[in-house]
Amino acid sequence: MDLLNGPWRRELARLPWGMVLIICAIAGFGLVVLYSAAGGSLNPWALKQGVRFAILLVGALALALVPPERWLGWAWPIYITLLVALVGVELAGAVRGGSQRWLDIGIMQFQPSEMMKLAIVLVLARYYQYVPKGYESRPDVLIPALALIAMPVGLVMLQPDLGTALSILFGGVVVLFLAGVRLWLFGTAAAAVAAMLPVVWSMMHDYQRKRVLIFLDPESDPRGAGYHITQSKIAIGSGGLSGKGFLNGTQSHLDYLPELHTDFAFATMAEEWGLMGGLFVIILYGLVLAWGIRTAISARSQFQRLLSLGLTATLFFYLAINMMMVMGLAPVVGIPLPLISWGGSAMMTVMILLGVVMGIARANKRGS
Amino acid sequence: MDDPVRRMAFSRRALLLGAGMAGTGALLAGRMAWLAVFEGETYQLRAQANRIQDRLIPPRRGWIVDRQGKPIAMNRPDYRLELRPAEVEDVDTTLVAIRAVLDIDLAEDARIRDDVRTQPSFMPVVVRQNLSWREFSACNVRLATLPGVTPVQSFSRFYPEADHFAHLVGYVGAPTPEQYREQKNPLLIYPGFRIGKDGIERFADKQLRGTAGSSRVEMTARGELVRELGTNADTPGDTLRLTIDRDLQDYAARRLGDNSASVIVMDCITGDVLCMVSMPAYDPNIFSRRVPARLWNALQKDDHTPLLNKSAMGLYPPGSTFKMVTTLAALEAGVDPGDTVGCSGAYRLGNNTWHCHARRGHGGVNMHRALPLSCDTYFYVMGRKVGIDAIATMARRLGLGQEYPLPLPGQAKGIVPDKAWKQRRFGKDWREGETLNGAIGQGYIVTNPLQLAVMTARLASGREVMPRLIADGPAPQFPSLGIPDAHLALVRQGMVDVVNAGYGTARAARSPIGDVLFAGKTGTAQVRRISAAERKRGVIRNEALPWKQRDHALFVAFAPADAPRYACSVIIEHGIAGGRYAAPIARDVLSFLFEPQRALAVLPPIEAEAARLRAVRQQNEAAASIASETRQMMPSWLKLDIKPPVFEIADADAPQPPREPE
Repeated sequence: MDLLNGPWRRELARLPWGMVLIICAIAGFGLVVLYSAAGGSLNPWALKQGVRFAILLVGALALALVPPERWLGWAWPIYITLLVALVGVELAGAVRGGSQRWLDIGIMQFQPSEMMKLAIVLVLARYYQYVPKGYESRPDVLIPALALIAMPVGLVMLQPDLGTALSILFGGVVVLFLAGVRLWLFGTAAAAVAAMLPVVWSMMHDYQRKRVLIFLDPESDPRGAGYHITQSKIAIGSGGLSGKGFLNGTQSHLDYLPELHTDFAFATMAEEWGLMGGLFVIILYGLVLAWGIRTAISARSQFQRLLSLGLTATLFFYLAINMMMVMGLAPVVGIPLPLISWGGSAMMTVMILLGVVMGIARANKRGS
Repeated sequence: MDDPVRRMAFSRRALLLGAGMAGTGALLAGRMAWLAVFEGETYQLRAQANRIQDRLIPPRRGWIVDRQGKPIAMNRPDYRLELRPAEVEDVDTTLVAIRAVLDIDLAEDARIRDDVRTQPSFMPVVVRQNLSWREFSACNVRLATLPGVTPVQSFSRFYPEADHFAHLVGYVGAPTPEQYREQKNPLLIYPGFRIGKDGIERFADKQLRGTAGSSRVEMTARGELVRELGTNADTPGDTLRLTIDRDLQDYAARRLGDNSASVIVMDCITGDVLCMVSMPAYDPNIFSRRVPARLWNALQKDDHTPLLNKSAMGLYPPGSTFKMVTTLAALEAGVDPGDTVGCSGAYRLGNNTWHCHARRGHGGVNMHRALPLSCDTYFYVMGRKVGIDAIATMARRLGLGQEYPLPLPGQAKGIVPDKAWKQRRFGKDWREGETLNGAIGQGYIVTNPLQLAVMTARLASGREVMPRLIADGPAPQFPSLGIPDAHLALVRQGMVDVVNAGYGTARAARSPIGDVLFAGKTGTAQVRRISAAERKRGVIRNEALPWKQRDHALFVAFAPADAPRYACSVIIEHGIAGGRYAAPIARDVLSFLFEPQRALAVLPPIEAEAARLRAVRQQNEAAASIASETRQMMPSWLKLDIKPPVFEIADADAPQPPREPE
């Protein structure tokens, strides 16, 4: 009730409007890219994406008005609900046969794994809020935390959705790191993972193995699965310093670049706008991330700090993996570029994420 | 409530994470700069290579025409459907899709699958050729997006005179897979592209081929054409004008009937080859498409060697047509033409007896009568008098034993033996008996029909005539042979008498044309060893022998006798006797040059007889269906690789047995 009755006009004024502007700039540029990807047309992507962004922006701003401490109370219910939903997806898939990632809940399709990327940060922030200093690395504290991460990661891996699983894992590990778990534990874990790689390899699906192999040597299969990476590199490389010009991309318009409006939207953009366009996007996102870090550092409670920086890191993970993928530095894992790639579900995740972080920024804004 | 220590610890970790993010950001920016700036040019080229394709426009092949410009090889539009196995996703579904447009019967279906399986996958496979315009447009509309299947509008080679020019002009076919692997020229695997495989088509291939054009087009990843960026038109191949007279060649081919034979007519002044026929032959129109395996086998097995160009590759003992050489050698050695040699029908050397073809002898023979009578004894004597080396030298001056610079693959060089040659070849000394045989054109000596024609042209003109097949400039001037005119006049008169004197051996070759006299010389060349037992039994009539064992019939001629213009050589394999069988052919071919109507009038009975003989020969073959057979085809790049047949030659110094008179 205090949301309606409270001084929301004043709270609205305390929102980080500069950041909203930057987000709008990124999304606006994304619309330009989608317009070009459709061959210079608002349909089928740009217009719909624009409307979607407008709605989600309003939603994000509304979320930003939620006092951060509310999330503390909702953390467990949200996490458990999503975990149950993930099991539900798994069961539904088992019943219908074939893999499934979403639940049909009447009006829309709900993808619990997508939300879990945020929920894992939320629940771990909640968990470590009440862990006293110095107890973070104790096994009786650490093991439940790891279990909180392992359950959703395991369920998502079963779907199988490697990209999302890695994203959830990353979000969880980052919160552990920020909460102060000892560094040598991370080192040991990394070593253990390296040692486990052969085992993981043997458990991977054929298509996943192929992706890794082709990532290591894209030229080995230039017409098949390596085609994506090769064509994406050609698109980015041929853009040069300033690009081929708006609507003049050949790789994208003549269909050499696959997934030009979703996962490879960055390549579509880079072909037409060149290195300049690429740096523009990287710098804008850099500003968003820097703002996220500042918000976290200046937050008033450990929960807020962990939540805001954990979410910021999740956003970073999206960005980094997608860009590395299109530049041929990471395998093709099917992670879209936030705010620019076509797709509602990913955009919703990112806008919720930004809404929560903006809420923390608003709550901690000093003065005025 | 907020612990400042915890806060500090968090800030440290947050900054650490921030540094990681910044590092990643820098890495991404650096990587992008590397791709776009340092490697940018490479990727720009690759983007270009992606979207721009150079499409070949194959050049049209040049025509081959005769001396009057009548076409011998020309191009006909040909619509066909081809598929490239390398680009086809699945042959079964592709064939199903094609079948919706074209009827493909079972045999054709099997042939296509055969080809797909056996050919290298970059070689196009013909689905159907000679499509009608309706079928072609249907293919264009309905099969446009089927990968690997292309409706091709090309030109196919057409030889209006079919087999009459087969050996001379050759045929065209697809380039071999090896040629493509070596040259990597994309034109070589362009559907329907053909290169010369034999004869002039092969020899003058570069000239006839022309230069391919190209059009640059922008394509989408799915292979749809976006726009054409520019065209570079093709340059058609040159038209090649031959010295051949198409009508004469046709006539000669028809006149030969069912014989396995060669006819060559040359202009004695210019060296222009007016006619060079080798029969029987194959139909180059079939060879330029695909040769059914059964037809190929039949052609290879045929004892009349239709795949062999006898005119240039066949080698035969010249027999008595060589006697002009011996005559000239004797004259050069200073023999008096009036000297008489007594011919009793036999000539003794050591313990052996060499026979003349006249069993009872010719009596006293001098040089004037020796050629018309073709008296062997006279030439045995002359041969011994001048020696083999003098004869060989004269033979070479007259053009024997050499290859001519003609666009004909596989010309046979023949053998003009002398003492040095025998030493080189066998490491043995020359024997006197070999001289006797050499003097009458038997023994080691072998020539091809073209050489005999050149020899005759040189005798008739007294000049070092060289044959010429391609009319690519003014008629060349040839230097004199350096043989005294008196000697040549004597030989020419002898040849006139062969045909026109009452005692000549080739009275059958007498000119039917009032004011034109023909001159010539008969030849009958043995092809088999005659055993002692046979010799005892006496002469076996040639007609009684199996075809393969009969003597070759030869005739060389020139006309008109008083002002020689045309030289001619005729060889009929196993044709029994030069005077009786080869001479009339030379007569008719030469008379065609003067009075075509009269010459044509003799054809009907000959052709009727030839058709009957051919039918008999082909009775064993289910002939009708061979050429149109589509199953089991020879590869489209088929190339002839035929070795000339080797005839058994009697021992070079074996005495000449008694024979039938010429």
